[in-house]
Parts: sequence; C-alpha cells; structure tokens
Amino acid sequence: MKLLKNVTAPTQKLIRTVAAVVLVYILMEILIAAGCISSLIQGLLVPVCTYSIAAVALNLCVGYLGELSLGHAGFMCLGAFASAYFSKLTADTIPDVPRFILALIIGTAVAALFGFLIAIPVLRLKGDYLAIVTLAFGEIIKNVMNVIYVGKDSVGLHFSMKDQLSLGMSVDGKMIINGAQGITGTPRQSTFTVGVVLLILALIITSNFVNSRTGRAVKAIRDNRIAAETVGLPVSKYKLIAFTLSAAIAGVAGVLYSHSLNSLTATTNNFGYNMSIMILVYVVLGGIGNFSGGIIATTVLLLLPELLRGMADYRMLIYSIVLIALMIFNWSPDVQKWKAVNGLTLDGIKARFSKNKEVQ
Amino acid sequence: MSLLEVTNLGISFGGLRAVDEFSLKIEEGELYGLIGPNGAGKTTVFNMLTGIYKPTDGTIKLNGADITGRKTADINKAGVARTFQNIRLFGDQSVLDNVKIGLHNHFEYSTIEGVFRLPRFFSTEKAMNEKAMSILSVFGLDVEADTLASNLPYGKQRQLEIARALATEPKLLLLDEPAAGMNPNETRELMETIALIRKEFKVTILLIEHDMKLVSGICEKLTVLNFGRVLCQGNTSEVLNNPEVIKAYLGE
Repeated sequence: MKLLKNVTAPTQKLIRTVAAVVLVYILMEILIAAGCISSLIQGLLVPVCTYSIAAVALNLCVGYLGELSLGHAGFMCLGAFASAYFSKLTADTIPDVPRFILALIIGTAVAALFGFLIAIPVLRLKGDYLAIVTLAFGEIIKNVMNVIYVGKDSVGLHFSMKDQLSLGMSVDGKMIINGAQGITGTPRQSTFTVGVVLLILALIITSNFVNSRTGRAVKAIRDNRIAAETVGLPVSKYKLIAFTLSAAIAGVAGVLYSHSLNSLTATTNNFGYNMSIMILVYVVLGGIGNFSGGIIATTVLLLLPELLRGMADYRMLIYSIVLIALMIFNWSPDVQKWKAVNGLTLDGIKARFSKNKEVQ
Repeated sequence: MSLLEVTNLGISFGGLRAVDEFSLKIEEGELYGLIGPNGAGKTTVFNMLTGIYKPTDGTIKLNGADITGRKTADINKAGVARTFQNIRLFGDQSVLDNVKIGLHNHFEYSTIEGVFRLPRFFSTEKAMNEKAMSILSVFGLDVEADTLASNLPYGKQRQLEIARALATEPKLLLLDEPAAGMNPNETRELMETIALIRKEFKVTILLIEHDMKLVSGICEKLTVLNFGRVLCQGNTSEVLNNPEVIKAYLGE
C-alpha cells in the first residue's frame, strides 16, 4: 500500500479494481487447469467479460454523463457486425492476431461513428425523451442489420437490402452477411484471456477519462448544466465526447461478442431492447457511477441462472426474486438508513476499522 | 470606456414585460449594487447579462464589445462570471474539483492526453491543483479541498461559488444575493471577503442584495429596480435618501 501513496484516490481505486480482475482471472485459469470448472461455467466466461465491458460503457453514459440510454445494445450490434464482417472478409488473407486487432479497431470505430451521429440529435433531449429515442435507435440498428445482404464473388462485393437473389452474384459467390441469418463462420478468437485484457483496457480508459479535465467537465454538466455554462464549458461538445466514448466501448463489447460465436444474428435477445435493459440492470445493481460494482453485478447475474439450474422450472422465478431483493437492498432509503445506523455502509465499515486501529 | 454598458435592455415573457428600458454603466474597479423589491426583475437582468435569457431588445457591451444574446459559455470567456441566488455547485464533486472546473478554459490538455495519462496530463494537473489551492486559500477553504461540495455548510458553499466564479478569471463578477440566508456574523465575514477579492483579484463587482447594511456598507453606486424599470441610479448615499426609493422599497 505504500506504493499507492503517491497516486490520487481515483487512480488507487482503478489499480485495486484491475488487480481484483487479474486475481480472479488467474484463479479461474488455475481452476480450469485443475478441471474444477464445469464446461457450462467455462462457456460463460467470455459473456461475463463481454457484458462487463457493456456495463462499463453504459455506466459512463448513465453515471457520468447523467443520461439514460436504452440503445447500447444497438452500439454493441454495430461493433459486432462491423468487426465480424471484416474478419470474415479477410479470414484467408490476414493472420489471426493482426486481423483481430484490426477487427477490434474497426468495430470500435464504427460504433463510435454511429454513436456520434446519433448523439447529435439525441443529446438535444433530456431524461425520458432521450431514453425513448435511444431505445428507438437501438431497435432501428438491430432491424436494419436483419435485412442487409452482402456477398462476395470473383467480380467483387455485392450489396442488397432486399434478398439474397437480388445480389446477382456469379456461381463462385459466397455470402458474408445473409440478412436475418447474419454472419456465419466468423473466426472465434474471443478467449477468456482476450476478454479480460479488453475489460481491463475499458476500465483504464473510462476511469482515466472521468478523472481528467474532460471528465470533470462532463460531471459538471451532469451536476448542474446552467452553472457549467456560466463557468465557460461548451456543454454540447463534452456531452458528445462522453456519449461517443460510451458507444465506442459498447462497440468493443460487440467485437468480443461476435468473435465468440460461430453464427452472429441480430435478435431481440442479444441486441434488442431486452439486452439494453439487461445492461442497465447490471449498472443499476452495481451502483450508478461505480465501474467495479457493475462488473460484480454482471458476473453474479450471468452466473445465477446457471447456478440455479438445479431448481429446474423455478429458476427464473428465483432469479427475479433475487433481482428485486438486491435492488431493495442497494437502493431503498429505509435500508440505507438501517445500514447507516448499524454502520454497514462502506464509510461506516472503514470508520470501524480505523477505530480498532486507534485502540491498538 | 466603461467596463459594462447596458442600454435600453428589455425582455418579455409572453405578455409580461419583466424588464424594460434598463440601462446601466459600470466603470472598471467599481462595486455596484442592484436593489429592488422582490419580483422587480433583478435576477432576470443577471440572466440576460450572462446569456441565460436572450434579451428581447437593447444591447450589452463589455469593454466596448457587443455581447448581447451570445452563448453563456462565450460570455464567460469574454469575462463575466456569476453566482446564483439558489446555490448551484457541482455537488457530487470535491471542493477542489469545483474550482478546477472553473479553471477549465485556462489550462489545456487534450482528452487523449488525459485518457492515456501522457506527461502533459501530470504537469497540467499539478499546475491546476496549485492554482486552485491558491484561490481556495483566499477563502480559507483550502483545508476543505477534499470535502464534497454538497457537504459544506451553507456559508462556505456561497464562498465556494464565488471562488469557482473567480477561477474563470472574470473582469466582471455578478453576485446574486450573496448574503441570503446568512446571519449577521456571516454577513460581516462576507463583506470582508468581498473587500478582499476586490483587492486580490482586481475584479469589478455587480451585486444584488436585500441586506441594507451590506449594501450601504460596501456598494459605491446603486441602481434601484421597481416593476422591471429603473427607479433611481447614482451614488449609494444619494439613492438611499431618495424619497421615492424609500417609498417603493424601504417602506415609509
């Protein structure tokens, strides 16, 4: 802890969060090597990383920009399709590692570009209206992805938004994006290791962002827009930057997602408003503005249905009860009061420890 | 040339003429008071001066440059800063960060440099911290630098708001009822603070206030506003002895 004394408090928190992620990663790798982890749980490791990154992205938007976006699954969708499209197209020409890095950059850039374009009209709105419009944009993105047909033959690329036949490809042609059937045969490069590395990167970027000059301006606009204007902050510019960064990181989650599957389709469950709300649930449960809390909430909520598998028919019922109970425990004012009185808040627990130290 | 020159400023909200033919001249270095009964339009004048409301007619000139109807942020960059009647701090951020947000336009590093913690991030942040602490120490708030702004006691929140406004290096500082809700002791401290910042920051001040002790104690000139119109303008002692002012505002 001596080493941490020279850095600022937010950086200390970031280092602690990253260290915890690395620790869990090492522990999981050891347990997998020892054969203690069922293949079911192993299959959930990449999704946990994916949705943790999505939760970090949305947390930036909800917790720091202070705007409720219900379209982040749409940005994931864009990142997923753009990167999968690139990977499929170049699967035979570029070696694995540089191709994945390029795919990552492309997926992120496409999500960021659309985040930026959508933010221009959307950020003129506030509160519920903004939430509704982002939800609509998310749905539009998902539905447009369902009617895109792209094929490649000896002549070149063919594009249509009608059906496969209207591409007019020659016999040697092969489909890259096949409408509602999406992209099949994307190289699967999203391993647990890649997921953890990307999660750590997302954490470092967002944490550093909110604790920089730009991030302070974004938080100031969230806290009091009029006061922020009177101290000379260009409000629209900083809202745009924060929203674009949030969309870009959601795009990273999308890249990770598309490269963990054989076939990528855009359905309500993975890129629709269901998923947007699921990501919001992770953020709210983990604590708005709290990146590490969001990761913990994501992990628990993704593992819970699997751990409850023994309950058969009742598992989704119990899942929702656990969700409601956690929500009440984290947010109800009565429970907050009870926790404060009994010294169970984070500050209260810290105070208790420091008191013990004084006694010694 | 006057620092602030307002001519025939007026604003209507639908059928309501909130402020009409408001003119004002403030010379550099002055401490000017704007008084009037509740609802006279004082805060509306402030909102027009800072671009929060767009005036329906009239012009506002700062150092000869027309700033009428410009964006709030641009008016601040031109040199006008303000505080609010109902305090508007960045409550979820520390006292130090509140002042650093005020310094935002005077220190520069890009978002990329911030995200990847490049050398310029560290050097600029260090300089910003030092500057912010030196402003806070004028108000004796340097010991509270790490406190959340919303956790400060009321009087200190008002001082922090002034400190944040001063951090933007204004030529003209607008204070909207700085003594509202303060007891006589706190008001006396506030008068000392205002005198101190005039000396330390060489700033011209225009303030709205109801506390006559404060107004007569520190303001050099006064404008009295009644029903959106200027009732009387001039040196403090003359204005406060004007029978019309006494009738309209101070009571017969």
